[in-house]
Amino acid sequence: MPKVTVDGIELEVPQGATVLQACELAGKEIPRFCYHERLSIAGNCRMCLVEVAPGPPKPQASCALPAAEGQVIKTDSPMVKRAREGVMEFLLINHPLDCPICDQGGECDLQDQSVAYGRGSSRFHEHKRAVTEKYMGPLIKTTMTRCIQCTRCVRFSEEIAGVDEIGALYRGENMQITTYLEKAATHELSANVIDLCPVGALTSGPYAFEARPWELKKTLSIDVSDALGSNVRLDSRGREVLRILPRVNDDVNEEWLSDKGRYQVDGLMKRRLDRPYVRRDGKLVPASWDEAFAAVASVNPGKSVAVIAGDLVDCETMFAAKALAGALGSSLLEGRQTGLSYDCSNLAAVNFNSGLAGIEDADALLIVGSHVRWEAPVLNPRLRKAAMRGAKVYVVGPHWDATYPVTNLGNDLAVLGKLPKDADEVFKSAQRPALIIGGAGLGKGALDACLALAEKYKLVRATDSGAWNGFNALHMAASRMGGLMLGYAQTGGIADLVAAKPKLVLSLGADEVDYTKFAGSTVVYIGHHGDKGAHAADVVLPGAAFTEKPGTYVNTEGRVQLADKAVFAPGDAREDWTVLRALADAMGVSVGFDSFDELRAAMAKAVPALGREGLADYGALPKGKAGASGVIDAYPIKDFYLTNPIARASETMQRCSAELLHGESFAEAAE
Amino acid sequence: MADRHLEPDSPELRARWGSFAFNAAWDTKAKAAIARYPAGRQRSAVMALLDYAQRQVGEETQTQGWLPIPVMEYVAKYLDMPIIRVVEVASFYTMYNLVPVGRFHVQVCGTTPCMLRGSDDIMAACKARGMHKGHTTDDGMWTLTEVECMGNCASAPMVQINDDNFEDLTADRLNTVLDALAKGESPKAGTQEPGRHTVEPLGGPTTLTAMVSANHDYRKEW
Amino acid sequence: MSLEDKDRIFTNVYGYQPWNLKAAQARGDWDNTKALLALGQDKIIDEMKASGLRGRGGAGFPTGLKWSFMPKESKDGRPSFLVINADESEPGSCKDREIIRHDPHKLIEGALVAGFAMRARAAYIYIRGEYIREAEVLVAAVQEAYDAGLLGKNAAKSGYDFDVFVHRGAGAYICGEETAMIESIEGKKGQPRLKPPFPAGAGLYGCPTTVNNVESIAVAPTILRRGAAWFSSFGRDNNKGTKLFQISGHVNKPCVVEEAMSIPFSELIEKHCGGIRGGRDNLLAVIPGGSSVPLVPAAEIWDAPMDFDGLRAVGSGLGTAAVIVMDKSTDIVRAISRLSHFYMHESCGQCTPCREGTGWMYRVMERLRTGDADVAEIDMLHDVTKQVEGHTICALGDAAAWPIQGLIRHFRPELERRIAENVREAAE
Ligand SMILES: Cc1cc2nc3c(=O)[nH]c(=O)nc-3n(C[C@H](O)[C@H](O)[C@H](O)COP(=O)(O)O)c2cc1C
Ligand code: SF4
Ligand code: FES
Repeated sequence: MPKVTVDGIELEVPQGATVLQACELAGKEIPRFCYHERLSIAGNCRMCLVEVAPGPPKPQASCALPAAEGQVIKTDSPMVKRAREGVMEFLLINHPLDCPICDQGGECDLQDQSVAYGRGSSRFHEHKRAVTEKYMGPLIKTTMTRCIQCTRCVRFSEEIAGVDEIGALYRGENMQITTYLEKAATHELSANVIDLCPVGALTSGPYAFEARPWELKKTLSIDVSDALGSNVRLDSRGREVLRILPRVNDDVNEEWLSDKGRYQVDGLMKRRLDRPYVRRDGKLVPASWDEAFAAVASVNPGKSVAVIAGDLVDCETMFAAKALAGALGSSLLEGRQTGLSYDCSNLAAVNFNSGLAGIEDADALLIVGSHVRWEAPVLNPRLRKAAMRGAKVYVVGPHWDATYPVTNLGNDLAVLGKLPKDADEVFKSAQRPALIIGGAGLGKGALDACLALAEKYKLVRATDSGAWNGFNALHMAASRMGGLMLGYAQTGGIADLVAAKPKLVLSLGADEVDYTKFAGSTVVYIGHHGDKGAHAADVVLPGAAFTEKPGTYVNTEGRVQLADKAVFAPGDAREDWTVLRALADAMGVSVGFDSFDELRAAMAKAVPALGREGLADYGALPKGKAGASGVIDAYPIKDFYLTNPIARASETMQRCSAELLHGESFAEAAE
Repeated sequence: MADRHLEPDSPELRARWGSFAFNAAWDTKAKAAIARYPAGRQRSAVMALLDYAQRQVGEETQTQGWLPIPVMEYVAKYLDMPIIRVVEVASFYTMYNLVPVGRFHVQVCGTTPCMLRGSDDIMAACKARGMHKGHTTDDGMWTLTEVECMGNCASAPMVQINDDNFEDLTADRLNTVLDALAKGESPKAGTQEPGRHTVEPLGGPTTLTAMVSANHDYRKEW
Repeated sequence: MSLEDKDRIFTNVYGYQPWNLKAAQARGDWDNTKALLALGQDKIIDEMKASGLRGRGGAGFPTGLKWSFMPKESKDGRPSFLVINADESEPGSCKDREIIRHDPHKLIEGALVAGFAMRARAAYIYIRGEYIREAEVLVAAVQEAYDAGLLGKNAAKSGYDFDVFVHRGAGAYICGEETAMIESIEGKKGQPRLKPPFPAGAGLYGCPTTVNNVESIAVAPTILRRGAAWFSSFGRDNNKGTKLFQISGHVNKPCVVEEAMSIPFSELIEKHCGGIRGGRDNLLAVIPGGSSVPLVPAAEIWDAPMDFDGLRAVGSGLGTAAVIVMDKSTDIVRAISRLSHFYMHESCGQCTPCREGTGWMYRVMERLRTGDADVAEIDMLHDVTKQVEGHTICALGDAAAWPIQGLIRHFRPELERRIAENVREAAE
């Protein structure tokens, strides 16, 4: 732990810290453009210059200099001030003076720092350089004249996304950032470069000219587009969420967000269910709440009720529905809409036990039936980190481009019974071996075989650096783990519900279900989008999207997280729990709570883990059974951009799907 | 350099160059280039391979060669490296021609040491023959480029034409060289100063005179 | 005392005799190289240190000391590399070219000796792309050495395995900077790396690496053969040895010549270059060490010893000993402006001050050349050079700044005159 002095303040800094980090620890702000905690150090912007003794008699780039014992660092000397002013002036001479029409305005590092370190007026009397626009796809809007060549975007694509598609062509003052042949960026994390770009060179295409940052209300929430529970911030104005940005959470999403989590936002305003509907003469017609409730009550189902939870719902909604079903005498709950029926008697067996962050430490990894890039885009960079640190990665299932070296063991699950010799040796000698079973693996009944492998290769073990549990299930639905904790799992899966022939089916935003199997049931759809579920319903009760209600979500690693409400649901739509509470009244039963707080208290009492933010403890892994058969011929997700009703309603996601996955050309001259 | 740009990708370009592959001779050289670097470091050979590709394109087009996008893609594949990294390299180094050039690439050094010794006249002589900086003449014969110091300062001014340097030029001497090239002859490269051998002082070396006529071994005098 | 031919190292510098192995051996190269290696690594490095040789690539870092930074043994199995800098692209410099095309075996033997001394596995000779014919010679000479068993397994029967590879550049001055060169060999754009880590710790492919200039390496075998005392008998303290000078511009007979370090400028010019064009009084200024060093006015250069310290004393530097002579017919502002153009053209574009500053400086220089400027802009330009200097990743920024600073320091009246005349013209 070296001791350094920063502007007269003496402090100890962690081994391996940079001078910049030391300054921050001392409470000194160091301006920077190219430096970013999660990217390699480029040291090219030269904004972070400080004076360091001992050292050459010139300012040093603090981002790139290791802190060393006895250093005396000055961040406010005349030398530093001059250096910063100089760099700032250089950055501005060729930067357009178009702040008033730049979407970065108000959240632009260059703007902020020029106020703090700029020289006031320009001494540059030459022509400013103009850079031609570059097309980067439907999400990233470019104004490359504003680029300050910090190369954050280049480093992100190469290092984090693992897709070398952005580069800096030419040299000197003609250096230009571009994608290859101005093709669209085509990975699932592409829009993160917008956040990284410190200036207005890369801005959000779909959000262009929507709002200025100071007009926006910021709400903390959780992404529901997959099961990772990425932490997000909802920026809203009035009744509309205008954009979704990632929040930093090192344990979960670091500071990244998938393009879907970010850009399905426009789907929140489209195809909304904003009033109840009742089916009359085969057609859904608008109805009042009273009429709709009466229609449900008139089914008079007794205890012949089943509840199907959709992928996006919060625990409170599921708990309220469970309470209602319980009051009616039913416990027919299921959330695995597409028919999965893996054993849920021990949730440790279906949890991502290593933790999302922990998987980075794995040194051998077997992925069974998961297209990680599509099922959990933000997780893939972590696997990539592990691979870059030397982990050997094996995949069972059809090929997908992992962005890191993997060995494909074929599609036949029989391989789980006996791994090929080299894989076997790798797992035997690994210190922190891990396995990820995904939707396709669970669907083909490979869970037992994977548990057996966990035993065989001691995926659970003590290591020098603490306990290690490398057994992981990777889910795809934001509601999955919460649902499983609340009992939304029948032994035979949804088939059990079908077999029970319930009179009444409550669908909590379940849009992926094959409703033809419930032809004899009255289907009540409580949800927000006019998607498959609503079309199949007999009664539609308009609910709230995740942005319109507070809620608890449990991600695939068993992490309980809370989301806040940003805006009100449109029209007559209500927060789902109130709908269920009112429905209970209409059906003449009591659910035992009258307010949201009471609901939460009741839920915490029923499932204590849901009352505590943080990782739930599911206990020890059960034993497995060696051997599996079957072939994984496909992964569940057919179109990354259109996996849920919000995304399907989103024009942006539709365009991404068309252009990036189906090769339709939208390449237009970027203005 | 400001006018350096990639030749746009087009169906015609794809049609002409889409099936580019090294011929046997260049392929042998490419493999030898890769072998110069440790295993797994084949990317190190990208500069050599781009040069070879450019030269093969030159042979196929009777010019000094350039790098159409499909050819760069071929090199990227050959080395198993991302195409954007290949284009970065090709666009960074000035010797890779990103657009077609003529039969003769006349590169006039314009940096100060040559300037002091008359590179303006050399440039003017080129222009008088119808060449324009950054362009190829309509007959496809001459591409004129002003380049930075070529390291021939003691025999300035100079031009590099294709693979040869012509040094100690005057406008007349340059014209003689260009005329000869136009006729398909191979004028003597190096200094054009009568009586000068290489970079010894004009009129004969002031040192090492014993070397002029024989391979003198000075060890005997140590 | 002036240098005698017998004490010149590069005896075939003018190429009157063939470069090939046989001829080179007849001149004394590859003469029992095995015995040189038999001295052992430590002794070789000590000898190089004692010789006083300072790097001939421009910075003048003591060569023996540099070699001693290399690890004595590999703790983690990483090999070490020697990289030989034959990128020679600094305006005015044209010496490495003569070594390569006329005396390549001095370099190749030097590569073996130096590589052995620093325990390197191989040497990569990075030759600038424009040296096309020179590279052909070099490649052929390396092949000759392999064929004769002087390189490769058991090189020169020394028991040491050593490879030499030639890597051609493709037109980028910046690749002369040692870390940019390493990047370039790795197949990337030649953009300098941040230091630390220094190449001796993590260089080529992350392995310990030393980068040396062609001349620094090529003189090593002779130094070892004749002894440190012999080499250090030339030149002044701290400025030892013999040196290839390259004189261009307005002398009667531009040339490359090997002389003793510290030879006075006047002697160099009078003896080898036939004097200044138009006589001594016609001398205006000299850039004594390649484009990167500030110019020195006639009066101050005339008696200056041509060495590191002597030229530092007149506000400049020895650099690569590329002497650019300018007589009174020179448009001095244009001469420097053209160098500014060079730096703008050659900036790699990586770091802000250099990328933005070189273009700005050039454009202001061009306006000063025509007088289309305000007097206050002279100071502003000086200020801009100071904002570039010392703020960049590599020394190209400094190199771009210094020539302009030298011009302003010594020729401010000329700049002001042009502005005044232009203003007068405009007023008329
Ligand atoms: C912009 C720049 C260009 C350079 N060009 C060359 C060059 O062409 N040849 C060279 O030997 N050194 C060049 N150098 C110096 C090298 O970085 C390095 O110091 C040198 O090769 C070390 O060799 P030496 O110790 O033998 O002098 C350059 C440095 C800079 C900053
Ligand atoms: S586009 Fe933005 S992130 Fe990329 S280099 Fe330019 S300023 Fe940096
Ligand atoms: S933040 Fe240090 S150089 Fe950019």
